[in-house]
Amino acid sequence: MSAKTLTINGKPVSAREDETILDAARDAGVVMPTLCHLDGLTDIGACRMCLVEVTGINKLLPACTTRVAEGMEVRTDTEQLRKYRRMTVELLFAERNHVCAGCVANNHCELQDVGIAVGMDHVRYDYLFPKHDVDLTHTQFGMDQNRCILCQRCVRVCDEIEGAHTWDVLGRGVKARVITDLNQPWGESLSCTSCGKCVMACPTGAIFKLGSTVEESVKDRSKLAFLKNARDKKQWVM
Amino acid sequence: MTPEELDRTREREQAADANFEHHVHVCVGTACEALGSEAIAKNIESELKAAGRDGKIKVRCVGCPGLCALGPLVEVEAKDKPADEPATLYQYVKPEDAKEIAASIGGAPATRLQADTRQPFFTRQTKIVLENCGRIDPERIEDYIAADGFQALEKALFEMEPQEVIDEISKSGLRGRGGAGFPTGLKWATVAKSNSPAVSRVPDDILARKFVICNGDEGDPGAFMDRSTMEGDPFRIIEGMLLAGYAVGAGKGYVYVRAEYPLAVKRLRSAIRQAQRGGMLGANIMGSGFNFDIDVRLGAGAFVCGEETSLIASIEGGRGTPRPRPPFPAESGLWGCPTLINNVETMANIAPIIRRGAAWFAGIGTEKSKGTKVFALTGQVNNTGLIEVPMGISLREIVFDIGGGLPEGRSFKAVQTGGPSGGCIPAQYLDMKVDYESLAQVGSIMGSGGMIVMDDQTDMVEIARFFMEFCMEESCGKCVPCRVGTAQMHGLLTRISEGKATQAHLDTLTELCDMVRRTSLCGLGQSAPNPVLSTLRYFKSEYESKLVKDGQHER
Repeated sequence: MSAKTLTINGKPVSAREDETILDAARDAGVVMPTLCHLDGLTDIGACRMCLVEVTGINKLLPACTTRVAEGMEVRTDTEQLRKYRRMTVELLFAERNHVCAGCVANNHCELQDVGIAVGMDHVRYDYLFPKHDVDLTHTQFGMDQNRCILCQRCVRVCDEIEGAHTWDVLGRGVKARVITDLNQPWGESLSCTSCGKCVMACPTGAIFKLGSTVEESVKDRSKLAFLKNARDKKQWVM
Repeated sequence: MTPEELDRTREREQAADANFEHHVHVCVGTACEALGSEAIAKNIESELKAAGRDGKIKVRCVGCPGLCALGPLVEVEAKDKPADEPATLYQYVKPEDAKEIAASIGGAPATRLQADTRQPFFTRQTKIVLENCGRIDPERIEDYIAADGFQALEKALFEMEPQEVIDEISKSGLRGRGGAGFPTGLKWATVAKSNSPAVSRVPDDILARKFVICNGDEGDPGAFMDRSTMEGDPFRIIEGMLLAGYAVGAGKGYVYVRAEYPLAVKRLRSAIRQAQRGGMLGANIMGSGFNFDIDVRLGAGAFVCGEETSLIASIEGGRGTPRPRPPFPAESGLWGCPTLINNVETMANIAPIIRRGAAWFAGIGTEKSKGTKVFALTGQVNNTGLIEVPMGISLREIVFDIGGGLPEGRSFKAVQTGGPSGGCIPAQYLDMKVDYESLAQVGSIMGSGGMIVMDDQTDMVEIARFFMEFCMEESCGKCVPCRVGTAQMHGLLTRISEGKATQAHLDTLTELCDMVRRTSLCGLGQSAPNPVLSTLRYFKSEYESKLVKDGQHER
């Protein structure tokens, strides 16, 4: 496999040809906020946090789904991009009822971290205050729609790594929400294996383990990448 | 059907038609059919039968002849009519008028029902895509063959290499009629050159490894061009897809039609079945060794499925949401295979170009926009209906000559083109030429062809709010800017409409427009702010007059 050289924020970087701009940036120590990306899952370019400017291309490109190319000049930190990222996070905070103080993910929430990283000090948009339910029918886990940012990490982890495809998305636009099976209560789901991978994958406090305290809810996401890697490389010996 | 059989069928049909002294065409497009036009056709036929004249007069159910505002329409054409003389056209026909019309054939026309066929609506149009609409029975393959149908296919299969077909389309200068105006020949060449993957996700029962998709998911409010084409001349789309399949080396085609077009679906299905029976679809087409088949796929009511990557996801059986491009479908589309996607109107232009040559087509239109464009003319205009005009015609000619101006002496304010992705063009640009570049310059787009005329009583903020509501409800919800941004912009527009907004709200709206346009994943979000941006550009005072002045704001 051949390697490509490119520049990220003026700094020369090398990357394997099958890598994305996000991979290359992370290898080079360039920090870029992401929400829908999770190591080990297929990228979908949905959260728009990792948009970058590439010289010669008129459109902004998501770093997580764009492959590197020879001589590519990438900028990840322009004034414009920083502004768009902050607006995106503000839109997310205005969309549902994100109340950090009462959330099980407080202090280890990716949405909260990204909000701090992009320098969001307040939300300038009208809070939509949608009415959402909390599903506590499962014996081990709970789902609070109010905290969900529709990153679809639960959908992908359940489909791609666990192979159960319990989660999917119902409806569209601001009315879209994740559901289990055919919009049944999670506790009645026949496909759910109660593996807990969705809990591990969730960036916020939307999917959580019942009965855990805030301090106990810290997630170890490297397990998912480990599982995916081991499977891809056929390291399982049955 | 071999080429010889095709010739025989054509000659037989044309000879049979020549036996009739008069032809009666009754429109059975969705609009006229809803007003009972099938009963009109039936009544005229039984009247003629009762009078013993059915051997000399042929009654035919046809697709949309265009002037929907006057429907149901019935046309009576004498065989010996001079070519430059228009046929007699009857308007607002009711089933009980059949007796009067039947009796008048061959004699003096029934003046009570007669429409004026010398008005610019009829004389200023140039018909390529719609040349058979209103002339042939869309449910009979023989009618299409009699109108020189499948001759382009025969010519391509037996006289041209696939590359020559692509060259011909490139030379014609045809650009995608779905809205963006991408050169069709270039798209075909890209798909032709793309290699199919060694391992693909194609289901086992499908042998093809390259695909052609015809996009009939017409969803813009006020647009009905593609519906009329599919209803009025479905065989033309099949022939266009066959030619595309031959040119790019595809083995299978899909027509993706929205389920809200039941008549178009019915006619397309009937056309595909007839083409399969006639050996124009399937294996070894016309004995040439070329294999190609077509299936219809129905949309489940999502505007975003007109976007090509969502459309592909929908055909694959998934949730209709877009994915980032590149890779473009030309390289990796349906089930990961190279896929050609063209709009219905683009496909409808292919057969005439191959039949009559690229030079003929390139002679119509402007330097960069060749051929004709079909528009669905609606809103505050006298002649609402379906029109086909050469590129480069002025907006004034469309609205005031062909459209017959605005009703009840109201004055013109703006014309909206391109649906929720387009913009409003004010009166100062009425003399502008209609082509891809000019429309983009004034902040709108060609779009698929919806054209909504607005009068002086139209509230432009309300128009922007309407289109934003549409985009908000049609956003798939995958990417954040489109999902939440459209909802916020809709909220801000509602606030302005209700007189509860300040200058700060208008600034936030402008900022969101820019952000959603630049950062959304697909065309829906990227173009959703266009109606706001174009009305802000030309009618900013209307926004400002609704704002609460400083110090007067109450919450």
